[in-house]
Amino acid sequence: MIWNEEVECMADEDKRKLQLKRLQDVVKRAYENVPYYRKRFDETGISPEDIKTLKDIEKIPYTTKTDLRGAYPFGMFAVPRKEIVEVHTSSGTTGKPTVSGYTRGDLEIWSECMARGLTMAGVTDEDVIQNTHGYGLFTGGFGVHYGAQKIGATVIPISTGQSRRQMEIMRDFGTTFLVVTPSYGLYLAEEFMDDGMDLKDLKLKAIGFGAEGWTQEMREKLEEKFNAPAYNIYGLTEVMGPGVGIECAEQDGLHIFEDHFYPEIIDPQTLETLPDGEKGELVITTLTRKGMPLLRFRTKDITTLRRGKCKCGRTLVKMDRVTGRSDDMLKIRGVSIFPSQIEKALFKIDGLEPHYQIIVTRPEQLDELEIQVEASQELFSDEVKELVGITRKIEERVHSEIGLRVNVTLVEPRSLPRSEGKAVRVIDKRDL
Amino acid sequence: MIKQLSIFLENKKGRMWKALDVLEKAEINIRALSLADTSDFGILRLVVPEPDRAREVLEENGFLVKVGEVIAVGITDKPGGLNKILKILNKSGINLEYLYAFVEQNKNRAIVVLHPENIDAGLEALKNGNADVLSEEEVYSI
Repeated sequence: MIWNEEVECMADEDKRKLQLKRLQDVVKRAYENVPYYRKRFDETGISPEDIKTLKDIEKIPYTTKTDLRGAYPFGMFAVPRKEIVEVHTSSGTTGKPTVSGYTRGDLEIWSECMARGLTMAGVTDEDVIQNTHGYGLFTGGFGVHYGAQKIGATVIPISTGQSRRQMEIMRDFGTTFLVVTPSYGLYLAEEFMDDGMDLKDLKLKAIGFGAEGWTQEMREKLEEKFNAPAYNIYGLTEVMGPGVGIECAEQDGLHIFEDHFYPEIIDPQTLETLPDGEKGELVITTLTRKGMPLLRFRTKDITTLRRGKCKCGRTLVKMDRVTGRSDDMLKIRGVSIFPSQIEKALFKIDGLEPHYQIIVTRPEQLDELEIQVEASQELFSDEVKELVGITRKIEERVHSEIGLRVNVTLVEPRSLPRSEGKAVRVIDKRDL
Repeated sequence: MIKQLSIFLENKKGRMWKALDVLEKAEINIRALSLADTSDFGILRLVVPEPDRAREVLEENGFLVKVGEVIAVGITDKPGGLNKILKILNKSGINLEYLYAFVEQNKNRAIVVLHPENIDAGLEALKNGNADVLSEEEVYSI
């Protein structure tokens, strides 16, 4: 099913024309209404008229999270505050939160994007959606809600938490579509099974997951435990929220809604634009947003863009699964490592539960990497040498994946913190 | 052969106490105990009269438990008692993974809990060597 065939299957040439027209419009609006953009343009010596082709976007300076913080709270709004009908903020875990403002029209675009995305995952007006994303300043809850409402599905706005209630409702209300963060989904599956619930008895048709990093192995565990396919939803508060890109039934990349967002990939070190197919940091320009247009916003998310008609029929560009963040990259003894690489190695071990924590220390001059993994019934053996053998095996797998020696420690089941939102996987104890 | 509980313990303050506390609350008396440890983790091995119930209460309290089999042998509590047993195993080429022993109260007997690499071969060798292999009932009623 395709929600908006006209734009989702648009011919490349028409799409580029539409994008250029919208790009010129958003640049003009940003320049005229946001003092921050006017200043940056004037400093760089460019004007909105310099945007004659899509390629000219490369003349525009990047916008970063730090820039948004500098404009806290409403400095990035391009319309009078009274036209903003809703605000959201980032979590603020890395500093002052950034504010995102929406006009009524912006909310309509958000609903449209999420409706397209949920339709890709198979949602129709017959479905019952259990939305465990938090409703509040976080965009996750509302974004999914708007899209589901647009489609006409039945939404259960349960938010995160209360796993017993989640279970009762899922069973009693006949939930057909579950929205979770991957770590919360796995946590729920574990809680449900502990309570003796057979997840195969649920009416679940599919799962939508997002808001944190994931690996293919994690998706497979989620699918296996709930016995339903799981589709990734991508988005970020600064740009809009969930719905910037969503996976189709092919489960091979996320379609970005290019009529509203213009994606680029850059090298996070040199800041040069990279060609399609190369891995780098995703940069997004909002093409239609009125309340808070963003030009070349650096997402910090590492991915690749791929073009060409998808088997699902859509012509929209696809981004690969986000494999890391240019800022959660760990530099261990000078080597760049993403936690997702470690996770990939861990999930290759049979019987390993998807609960782990990475601890970085620097006891002397050298960085040490410790990985704590929860022991499971399958991994546990009565013999010391076998248990030591298992930790060695995990160490070797991780070593061959990241090229660094690590120490693996088995810890007791349920001893690592479970998250009800974004999982904290890395604890960096180095005093850098 | 008798049943033995093996409990995974993280090398962290109070974990062994917690495991034994769970057993105390469930009124399970420990017949024999040994702790194998490394720098990162330990394995607490126990022989108790009701291994399945003990396993249940431990698991309810979040412990990782395995129930396995070991051999219990009675020996005379005087110099050379254990040696006799090891001699039998050695002669039959049986390798031991581990063993632990305890002395029985009011009797001139000690009990050795053995875990050979190949438990069936070990048991056969001990029986053929006329070792005093104890039954579950005998061990639990000590």
